[in-house]
Amino acid sequence: MNTATDKKERLMQGNAACAEGAIAAGARFFAGYPITPSTEIAEYLARELPKVGGKFIQMEDEIASMAAVIGASVAGVKSMTATSGPGFSLIQEHIGYAYMAEVPCVIVDVQRGGPSTGLPTKVSQSDTMQARWGTHGDYNAIALGPSSVKECFDFTVRAFNLSEKYRTPVVVLMDEVLAHMREKVTLPDSSEMRVINRMKPTVPPEWYEHFEINPHFVSPMASFGEGYRFNITGLTHNPEGFPTSRPVVIKEKLDKLKNKITHNVNDIVEVRQEFMEDANVAVFAYGIVARSARQAIRMGRDKRIRVGLIQPLTIWPFPDEYMEHILEQLDLIIVAELNQGQLIREVNRVNRGRTRVRGLFRYDSELITPDQIFRKIREEK
Amino acid sequence: MEPMPKVTHHYLRTKKKFPNVWCAGCGIGIVMGAIIRAIDKLKLSRDEVVMISGIGCSSRMPVYVDFNTLHTTHGRPLAFGTGVKLAKPSLKVIVITGDGDALAIGGNHFIHACRRNIDLTTILINNQTYGMTGGQFAPTPPFMKMGTTAPYGNRERAFDIAKLAIAAGAPFVARGTVYHVVQLEKLVEQAILKKGFSLLEVISHCHTLYGRLNKEGGPIEMMRWQKDHAIPISAAGKVPPEKLRDKFLTGVLWDIDFPEYCEEYDKVIAEAQGKA
Repeated sequence: MNTATDKKERLMQGNAACAEGAIAAGARFFAGYPITPSTEIAEYLARELPKVGGKFIQMEDEIASMAAVIGASVAGVKSMTATSGPGFSLIQEHIGYAYMAEVPCVIVDVQRGGPSTGLPTKVSQSDTMQARWGTHGDYNAIALGPSSVKECFDFTVRAFNLSEKYRTPVVVLMDEVLAHMREKVTLPDSSEMRVINRMKPTVPPEWYEHFEINPHFVSPMASFGEGYRFNITGLTHNPEGFPTSRPVVIKEKLDKLKNKITHNVNDIVEVRQEFMEDANVAVFAYGIVARSARQAIRMGRDKRIRVGLIQPLTIWPFPDEYMEHILEQLDLIIVAELNQGQLIREVNRVNRGRTRVRGLFRYDSELITPDQIFRKIREEK
Repeated sequence: MEPMPKVTHHYLRTKKKFPNVWCAGCGIGIVMGAIIRAIDKLKLSRDEVVMISGIGCSSRMPVYVDFNTLHTTHGRPLAFGTGVKLAKPSLKVIVITGDGDALAIGGNHFIHACRRNIDLTTILINNQTYGMTGGQFAPTPPFMKMGTTAPYGNRERAFDIAKLAIAAGAPFVARGTVYHVVQLEKLVEQAILKKGFSLLEVISHCHTLYGRLNKEGGPIEMMRWQKDHAIPISAAGKVPPEKLRDKFLTGVLWDIDFPEYCEEYDKVIAEAQGKA
């Protein structure tokens, strides 16, 4: 069995690459529950994690899995779960706990058709909004959208890095096709990778505040058993971690959760653009759909249409600043998604009626084809 | 002269989070005292003790004690504890839960924690009601008892917590009461020392809600009921069966040995690394 330490070309599926990314990023704990189409991530890590001294546990449901992931992270171990549609719904409460308690962890959602049990073996991007707004309360989310097997590896590493850096849960939005598709990949070895670990406290225990308010909005994080003996709660709490009902302290806490993301968008947000220099038409697509879009854009360029690709690699926070700027040069933007129109709401929000926005939505369980996108470009141009 | 501080006072976050939320006369503080004294007696370092709870009156306990404390979501402290313990088995993980927390919303996690046998010390404080939300019926009160959501009497059957835990595979099951506090302290000690999943059910009372709704009196009357209805398991054989009918047994009800999960997982690691 190959592991991340071997550097050679190999044929892998997205789920396996995601699991390898987790190990490479330093994850040593996985808790999960079998669910199609994410199960191979659990299977892979059940086999591979103990080889590197890590732990895998299959819990009684997704709710318990997410709880165990948070528990392990609080004990100081980088941890992850992977799930799909119904499981992603079930873990929302605990994702909220991780936001509130500022616990770094990674959640992989291999999207499948919904609502409800929906289409377990079919592709979808219909959890896009759930990744942003899934749990109750106010918070800001980070979600990443890989579009190749290699990116399943890279983005899982990045998800851990962002999670550790900002002490927040990070969602990797994969999909069924990406998860099961096999591609040739060359995985980097550890010397080529940047791995970020959570900041540890430098003050003595009596000065330590687990939720310290500071100008960076990210507090150093001690683990259980290191002598700091702090309290963690899902109740709104003061910097020491004790429940509070003081309005000033409540606002400060909720502002911190927001600001740690909004003040760092330049670090978090990544957008890939192709052929955008002279484009007056753009296709906006993420994940697997971006690959169809790339092909469609080549077809468009062959017909001398000035069309380019905008592929958000970070789905949340939405690339407001980039879009604000690029929409100025466009006459038309086509938003292609495997749902009934989720990210198009964000495009419309930033656009404020300036540019023509058209949606190309597919939710019949099939992928959007390059030809469909090309036809849409020609129709709307 | 200043009164001598008690052992418990050394373990409380007296400057952080007092006064506590519990009603005067509540039994939960008695359980907290017993846990602290047991930990002190066992000479556990407070740095290695993790106290985890769910949601409810009893689950407020971790906030008050000077350990590594994790107040989680409703019904899920055992699942959080599973992650903490498996990630760092050197920690002593004590889970504080209530009857509603552990058996209703957390019922699935409860039976699987019993079955999986991770070394978690679970102290379930059974007051037969949802105290924090105001006296709704839990999975524990006897048939026809009143609750704010059972205004015509509860028509459901109660869980027998100890039997449930034993059937689900828990290797150590004990029961105590907040009246029998010396016994309680010893049971906590045994539960902590047990290698594997241990469940200690503590019969407590909620005079503020359950007691009032069911006309069972104040804390004194309700604790007297505990005194009159608890039979130590060691004495159970000497009591005629008809006198046992409305009583409950206390003490260590079940104690068997079964491989502990974290230790088993170390073998998994050794095997995966080719060292087995």
